[in-house]
Amino acid sequence: MGTATVEPGIESRVHYLNAGYGIKSWLLTTDHKRIALLYLASITFFFFVGGAAAVLMRLNLITPQGAVFEPATYNKLFSMHGIIMVFLFMIPSIPAVLGNFLVPLMIGARDLAFPRLNLLSWYVFMVGGLFMLYSVIAGGVDTGWTFYTPLSTTYANTNVISAALGVFIAGFSSILTGLNFIVTIHKMRAPGLTWFRLPLFLWAIYSTSVIQILGTPVLAISIVLVALERLIHVGVFDPAVGGDPILFQHLFWFYSHPAVYIMILPSMGVMSELVTAFSKKRIFGYSFIAFSSVAIAAISFLVWGHHMFVAGQSVYAGIVFSALSFAVAIPSAIKVFNWTATLYKGSVSYQAPMLYAIGFIGLFTMGGLTGLFLATLAVDAHVHATYFVVGHFHYIMVGGAVMGYLGGIHYWWPKISGRMYPDGWARLSAAIIFIGFNLTFFPQYMLGYLGMPRRYAVYAPEFQVLNVMSSAGASILGVGYLIPLVYMVWSMRYGPVVGPNPWGAKGLEWQTPSPPPTENFEETPLVTEDAYAYGTEETQVA
Amino acid sequence: MHSSTALAEQFDDLEQQYEASSFGMWVFLATEIMFFGGLFTAYILFRNFYLPAFEAGSRLLDVRIGAFNTAVLLCSSLTMALAVRAAQLGKKGVLITFLLLTLLLGLTFVGVKLALEWRHDYLEGFVPGLNWTFNGPDSRHLELFFCFYFFLTGIHALHMVIGVGILTVLVIMAARGRFSPQRYNAVEVSGLYWHFVDIIWIFLFPLLYLIGGRY
Amino acid sequence: MWQGFPIRPEQASTIARGVDHLYYFLTAVDLFFTALIFLTVFYFALRYRRRSEQEKATQVEGNLALEVVWSFIPLAIVVVIFLWGTSLYIRNSRPPEASTEIFVIGKQWMWKLQHPEGPMEINELHVPVGRPIKLTMTSEDVIHNFYVPAFRVQKDVVPGMYSSIWFQATKTGRYHFFCNQYCGTNHAVMGGYVIVMTPDDYEQWLSGGIRGETMVSAGAKLYEQLACITCHGTGKGPPFVDLFGRPVKLSDGTTVLADEAYIRESILYPSAKIVAGYQPIMPTYKGQVTEEQILQLLAYIKSLSSGEGKVTK
Repeated sequence: MGTATVEPGIESRVHYLNAGYGIKSWLLTTDHKRIALLYLASITFFFFVGGAAAVLMRLNLITPQGAVFEPATYNKLFSMHGIIMVFLFMIPSIPAVLGNFLVPLMIGARDLAFPRLNLLSWYVFMVGGLFMLYSVIAGGVDTGWTFYTPLSTTYANTNVISAALGVFIAGFSSILTGLNFIVTIHKMRAPGLTWFRLPLFLWAIYSTSVIQILGTPVLAISIVLVALERLIHVGVFDPAVGGDPILFQHLFWFYSHPAVYIMILPSMGVMSELVTAFSKKRIFGYSFIAFSSVAIAAISFLVWGHHMFVAGQSVYAGIVFSALSFAVAIPSAIKVFNWTATLYKGSVSYQAPMLYAIGFIGLFTMGGLTGLFLATLAVDAHVHATYFVVGHFHYIMVGGAVMGYLGGIHYWWPKISGRMYPDGWARLSAAIIFIGFNLTFFPQYMLGYLGMPRRYAVYAPEFQVLNVMSSAGASILGVGYLIPLVYMVWSMRYGPVVGPNPWGAKGLEWQTPSPPPTENFEETPLVTEDAYAYGTEETQVA
Repeated sequence: MHSSTALAEQFDDLEQQYEASSFGMWVFLATEIMFFGGLFTAYILFRNFYLPAFEAGSRLLDVRIGAFNTAVLLCSSLTMALAVRAAQLGKKGVLITFLLLTLLLGLTFVGVKLALEWRHDYLEGFVPGLNWTFNGPDSRHLELFFCFYFFLTGIHALHMVIGVGILTVLVIMAARGRFSPQRYNAVEVSGLYWHFVDIIWIFLFPLLYLIGGRY
Repeated sequence: MWQGFPIRPEQASTIARGVDHLYYFLTAVDLFFTALIFLTVFYFALRYRRRSEQEKATQVEGNLALEVVWSFIPLAIVVVIFLWGTSLYIRNSRPPEASTEIFVIGKQWMWKLQHPEGPMEINELHVPVGRPIKLTMTSEDVIHNFYVPAFRVQKDVVPGMYSSIWFQATKTGRYHFFCNQYCGTNHAVMGGYVIVMTPDDYEQWLSGGIRGETMVSAGAKLYEQLACITCHGTGKGPPFVDLFGRPVKLSDGTTVLADEAYIRESILYPSAKIVAGYQPIMPTYKGQVTEEQILQLLAYIKSLSSGEGKVTK
């Protein structure tokens, strides 16, 4: 079915990609689908910048004395890696790309509630990103992405203020996107689309949006206070002038813990879509998964102190935060079991999206369970701030969230571009990524328990073997991420053209042509069945 | 009805558009509560740590100006509510009058704050980072108080200025006949914002000016 | 464990084995469920793989009993882990009564470790085996963290406050300690060794080497040099005898405990808390005393308390 020339169908039909040419039609668009692609380009760029920093870090860690960089440079690398990956890649990724593209399609609407606000959101994001790029070019920042005080307010002599402002500005993008999604999902569902008929991806996006709008403002003021203190040396956080450094940690983590759920919940939403589509089955336990999303969002605001067990917090506060942190693990476990059960007696196929889904389920389970180690007070007292933590969060964010993101991109790519990518290459990349990932990050659990601290430019010689393994894995992982960049771009021009529903999947987004017309649907659809209503009728590939 | 604020493309009907924009404003106000809430929390904590210095700082603020401004803002909320009512009833002239009054009251607030209060603070040397001149034993903590004072009232004033901008746009739209009893949502939603900014001040005024141990 | 490939540091303190046991249990739980999920997913994916395009799946939508089971079993497991971990933590965080107290000051990018008997070490800590040691720590600049993997213990070292950990070494040897809170350029080299010696060797080490005076006598000298005696020895200021570890009534009616933090605050920010019945006339010593000197004054004041008022942090 491959073709080297463009099929007449896709070009003669008007859809969102060709409904206007020229740079203005893209930079001034209010079409949520085009805005999603603007975000896709931006965050892919930031992903590779942050990824380059990671490659350089792992290169340096091949030898105990630091193979390549001075400690001062290494410190900037890990700070930029963290800041860029968290604020300019992970937090926007699925919501701003897949969410923007799919939310209106999945609810049968023509666009989001506030399309111009959506465009503003992207511009705000880009301004934040520019501040960050400025910080990199002007010499970097070396406080770590956590900006702990008084290091960041008083002692660091790198570009703290511009980096902090970059984070502050990018945060508004997150708030506006979340606001848009909440209003859209509440007010613009197609007739017949009740809350409990929504695809679970939307429950996940909705829960994420609630966290975004409630948590991000607190980060905003924390980071502004840091910038202010750095400017005028007033003592909010610096004890030498009467401030409280622990206050900063409370304010910072009050947002930054829920932030990690901003990063994982949307991927979990993607999982529900992938396991159903690729096993042609209704989801097992719909309402359990839906309520789990909401529960995770709610409990996520109550656990921030688990980052501060050894910070000088009282033992009693530690106990409360520990208990709540265990509680937040339960809904995630429920989701994993339900996805697994969905495969039972299904009709399972293994295209690339499903491979990413399987990878996610296993790696998220392992990584999530290592969270239990950290929630356990007696064990955290040993592994806090070691490579164990680094392993834990990379299993969840990379083995989990990024795999979910890639799975989603591959699944919805035919809808976004109207073409199919080459599945052979896609599966190969998924396998390379899986192998490279585990080789990179599993040794880090071991390094952590052995006592290797994180954020170390040089390390004790007894840690070398595991570090070399990890760096070798990173090189493989890097290759794995580069391959999709190539074939996805290739497919935009040369991939075989597809119809509205190449996967034979359920969902309103598959009821409209690929790529969709600007207004999404010729007529507002009427919804009469539950989500994932496989088995009620033949769902042919179309 | 010839006015061109038509139904926006993404909405099915005017009612949906109306509900979406109201709900959107409520969600936005929720984020503002979290924003100011974080600042209030930090302020209250420091007040707890350094009570004498913070009380001294409170006493250095001019309660009369603060009270006057509070009265100005309360009146402006009244005129705003009356403006919304006028829009509901389709009374264009009354609407414009009340919008202008609200705008004027808002400008009065900002003007008094800048020209009277802050100018005075500047002349006395109360501005951290700029011309702070205190040197007593607790000066560091007093400086912290003034840092919060300027930051909190500054951010609030910024929100007021944005509100004044919104009101200006509303006046122009009203003059051009864009509003009717069926279509006045922008006025109502802006009213929500204005009331919220007022409520923030209602919290700020006692927290900064009144609990200074002067009573 | 086997020499070539260790999975844990040496067990060199009384709490290490307990922590390791809990860690092994957690590892087992993690590996069990990861394997369970991965294998189940692989099994289903294989067994139910699509054999033809027309194939229809059997729809199974849910099973309340299953949901309850797989909600409660994880809940039970985490409750067990929580209770085990919390009780272990509470036991591990209470220093025994008769701990020897050693003072630690972190600064960019070195550690100063002050023995009460006088010797001060840089980036090295000699301790006797088999005796509980309490480290009371503060920072001169940014937040650091004192971490000894072999003892399974660490704590942030925060400027403006004291934090403490305790350990009891169970075997002699050299054990790495690290700074474990990112603190700037040379964070990664801000470490050293804890050297655990037999009690005899330790006594010998204490008495040999660089002879400084004990912290108590250094503190006593400061008490006079800094003129504290002119008020606190004449009744113009509250006396220090039997002060440490006891409650103090303040002029605003509240009562506080006279612990390390209270004394440090009184030296640096004397107007923060005024003792009932006294005037607020004490000048601040901020900028005139180093953190080491504050610790010496603390040691002196503690020595004036009969039965050494204990304060656990």
